[in-house]
Amino acid sequence: MSKSTLSDRFRKVDVDEYDENKFVDEDDCAENQGGPDEAEVDALLRQSNFNGALQAVLKNPPINTKNQNVKERASMLVVKVLSSFKSSDIEKAVASLDKTDVDLLMKYIYKGFEKPTDNSSAVLLTWHEKVLAVAGVGSIVRVLTARKTV
Amino acid sequence: MSYHSFLLEPISCHAWNKDRSQIALCPNNHEVHIYKKDGTKWSKVHELKEHNGQVTGIDWAPDSNRIVTCGADRNAYVWTLKDGAWKPTLVILRINRAARCVRWSPRENKFAVGSGSRLISICYFEQENDWWVCKHIKKPIRSTILSLDWHPNNVLLAAGSCDFKCRVFSAYIKEVEEKPGPTPWGSKMPFGEVLFESGCSGAVSQPGAGGGGWVHSVCFSHSGNRLAWTSHDSTVSVAEGGKNATVISLSSETLPLLCVTFITENSLVAAGHDCYPVLFVYDEAKGTVAFGGKLDVPKQSTQKGISARERFQNLDRRASENQANEKELSSLHKNSISQISVLEGGRVQCAKFCTTGMDGGMAIWDVKTLESAMKNLKIV
Repeated sequence: MSKSTLSDRFRKVDVDEYDENKFVDEDDCAENQGGPDEAEVDALLRQSNFNGALQAVLKNPPINTKNQNVKERASMLVVKVLSSFKSSDIEKAVASLDKTDVDLLMKYIYKGFEKPTDNSSAVLLTWHEKVLAVAGVGSIVRVLTARKTV
Repeated sequence: MSYHSFLLEPISCHAWNKDRSQIALCPNNHEVHIYKKDGTKWSKVHELKEHNGQVTGIDWAPDSNRIVTCGADRNAYVWTLKDGAWKPTLVILRINRAARCVRWSPRENKFAVGSGSRLISICYFEQENDWWVCKHIKKPIRSTILSLDWHPNNVLLAAGSCDFKCRVFSAYIKEVEEKPGPTPWGSKMPFGEVLFESGCSGAVSQPGAGGGGWVHSVCFSHSGNRLAWTSHDSTVSVAEGGKNATVISLSSETLPLLCVTFITENSLVAAGHDCYPVLFVYDEAKGTVAFGGKLDVPKQSTQKGISARERFQNLDRRASENQANEKELSSLHKNSISQISVLEGGRVQCAKFCTTGMDGGMAIWDVKTLESAMKNLKIV
């Protein structure tokens, strides 16, 4: 038997990559999204301006970037801000956000669920309940169907 | 509001004849059943058996009284009524995946079929050879076409696709019609030209907007100047004619909507996985789409007194004392609504519309009754 039949490297080839009809997402828009400004958010947190910190952390979401580090940092920052809220203040904070920010917040909440730390899941669940009351199941559907997410 | 339960299986698709006395529907199998209205009952009068796969689309041409059906067997048939029986004529679509939806054009001289082969087949009748031929629109479609709707000028066709975009194509066939005049969507309309495509093209103003979900349903308004579509990311969008048309979207709070239709020039009714129709109002001046209200029969909750024993039983079983029976939906349809069609009044002043769904039932909704029943409901 010839030597080439002994190799099984061909089994590791991903044939779907070579399918000419494969759907490729268009490379979207600008790459100016480097994630929320950490310094600004930390400053607002230290001043106990929680609502301000929430607004700031929801700016510049790293949706289009392929850099995983940026996304990780943004996600951890958001969880930090959400954990610093008192449970009684959450509802008011959610009410102050506009529609796109609420959808974005829901995306961050689910991202936060993926990598739980000590208390984050409990905090995120409380936030989830309040955001759901405002935005309805539609916001969860948008988290599930978004092609580019945080 | 009347509701009639035809079957226990989902109704895959339906179509009405011109005087709304007969309805053709597919009971989730390879056949099409035609029911005739008999007073308040519906009786089956015809069974159209020709397809080898599930029938995914039916359309009934009102004036020429022909039915076109398309199915998962990659075929379409045009049925004509001869001597009281429906006779099929095969249409070669030249597709290699299932057909998904079919629509007669307004003048009924051609029809369009959307399929999983990532193309739209425009079929017209060739007199010399005495059979139906088709032309394909392929570019730039990249996934299954889920829904189609014709513009009143018989040339423009809107298509909603699984590649997250809603497009308007020109389906001008020079063999069967003269050149169309200019419209707000464009003036040059060679066959297959894309006159409008939804989706983000540059603006990053709305993070996450565009490219959201499969476009389940598209609908032109009566004048053809407005196009509405619903998408799987729970949004409903409206665009006004013109290539750089502004697209106004509303992210709704409901589950994804599967079907939409205009009932006046400014109001849309859409329905989907939430099992009840919903009204949306488009305001041109403000450029917004707003949620108008949930259109459904309000269920009278009978609050009888419950005994102490029942109270404890409820506490034991569901950790709450009230008798709210959460197993039953309070809406008229008990499962997702998959198709909506206008019965009376057209898309400009609809008086009645009909919905069919996965619960095998068909509901007929009367707009005037809805307007008076629901407070704060305004249909502009």
